[in-house]
Amino acid sequence: MSLDEQLENQIAEWRGYMRRRRAVNETDVEELEDHLRSTVADLTDSGLRPDEAFLVAVKRMGSLDDLSREFARVHSDRLWKQLVLSGDGQAHSHRASRMDLLVMVGCAALAAIGIKLPELFGLGFDEGAGFYQRNISLFALVPLAAYFAIRRRLSAVFAGVVAALFVLGAVAANVYPLKDTSQSMVLTAIHLPLALWLAMGVAYVGGDWRSGRRRMDFIRFTGEWFVYYVLIALGGGVLTGITFGVFGAIGLDIEEFMASWVMPCGALAAVVVAAWLVEAKQSVIENMAPVLTRVFTPLFAVALLAFLGALLWTGNLINTDREVLILFDLLLVVVLGLVLYSISARDPLARPGAFDWLQLALVFSALIIDALVLGVITGRISEWGTTPNKAAALGENVILLANLAWTTFLLSEFVRNRRPFAPLERWQTGYLAVYAGWAWVVVLLFPPIFGYM
Amino acid sequence: MHVTKDLVAASATPLVLGILAQGDNYGYAIIKEVNELSGGALEWTDGLLYPLLHRLERLGHVESTWDGPPGGRRRKYYRITEQGRAELAEQRRQWDAVVSALKGVWHATGHLSPREA
Repeated sequence: MSLDEQLENQIAEWRGYMRRRRAVNETDVEELEDHLRSTVADLTDSGLRPDEAFLVAVKRMGSLDDLSREFARVHSDRLWKQLVLSGDGQAHSHRASRMDLLVMVGCAALAAIGIKLPELFGLGFDEGAGFYQRNISLFALVPLAAYFAIRRRLSAVFAGVVAALFVLGAVAANVYPLKDTSQSMVLTAIHLPLALWLAMGVAYVGGDWRSGRRRMDFIRFTGEWFVYYVLIALGGGVLTGITFGVFGAIGLDIEEFMASWVMPCGALAAVVVAAWLVEAKQSVIENMAPVLTRVFTPLFAVALLAFLGALLWTGNLINTDREVLILFDLLLVVVLGLVLYSISARDPLARPGAFDWLQLALVFSALIIDALVLGVITGRISEWGTTPNKAAALGENVILLANLAWTTFLLSEFVRNRRPFAPLERWQTGYLAVYAGWAWVVVLLFPPIFGYM
Repeated sequence: MHVTKDLVAASATPLVLGILAQGDNYGYAIIKEVNELSGGALEWTDGLLYPLLHRLERLGHVESTWDGPPGGRRRKYYRITEQGRAELAEQRRQWDAVVSALKGVWHATGHLSPREA
């Protein structure tokens, strides 16, 4: 074997070690390899043999552990799966993952049993429809928050904070005299899950809720949890349908059993299971969510632009029906979700490209639509007076408008190379606090303000 | 002479930005330049330069491009941005303050120079 071949082999081996480090990606290895080769070339020029030069060059490069720790510090987004999976070593991780499995099964069982507990006190799904509607998020998210509190070994202080928020949510949902048909009731049913989900986020980030990076992890988690939950729900639907059919074939009607036991318990347990899957099987789905955003961002951008075009062309006004306004709110939330998710999946160092322009088009058209919708809502309020629904819709639109406006500004600065990507990331992670604040305002203050309407 | 880790770490950012202010450069050449400038007193662990460069890039102080002969190995070059120059000026002001304070101290304690053992 010639000396050069030997050197190439050694470099290839070194490259292999480098690649195994999750914090170091392919281009980093390429850059480091360039450095290694330059050092080797200089040293051989000054008289060292290639293998000696290689040893010196590797030594100067620093230990792999130090190096990958420093890379991890800069690029923690690449590492988030490792940060959330406790344990570093292989040997340790095996035991850790079994423990984790046990915790997951325990919390999922808690969720499944929890939803059936009220029935012991005579509150079945039929009689207590309103009760379940108000409290479903508590049933679903208490076990999930418990799961993360255990997984993250949450400190007593933060465990107390999260527990207090959940108690507050339970009080708001059950102490206020809300009629099943009232607007406030519907608003609570919509906003309490959001408020509690963000409260659960405090447990998810292990109490480190001020850190922008950890918040971004939580946003990623939210998106992937959603993907997993939908997948499980689809699978569950197929399973239910088939089971129902085959039992029907032998003359047994299991509809009652399915509807009152399997479906509610399964749906609740799946909340925890999906979270566990996100944590344990990161790398599987990691590639899927960015792909979904890549596919739908252009499609939504085209749809919104077409809508704006049609609006201009026909000169029609936006219909002021309540359902239509809710539809627009939903649309804006989806747009924001797309933006948020593509931000969370983006390599912050990548240069602005065509996709960022597309995103700018999407956000900008959403901004215009939001402004139009806001005009309509304000018109309705000044004409008909305010109701909880209108006030909530108004507040949500103002919040989304502020977010979209600043996002548009930051994105336009970014695509023109005037600013790096980081401020956009910081803006979105910081804004989580606004959502949480608003959700709690609607849940806690709206009912008394509007006389439990 | 050996400069302690803390000092190496503290001076790394202004050194890198200063070298890039003289012209675009790549990692290996930056390290060499640091060695020459400090007469070998500043010992950097070579690899750790790259996370630093990436952090500066993320902050928007520098930009990078891959360049190289077609078919050959490509190399990553770094360029300082306007924001990076502002940061360099700011760091320089801070270091000037430190250096002038130290100079005052050296001057005052000049006669207390370490006795040769």
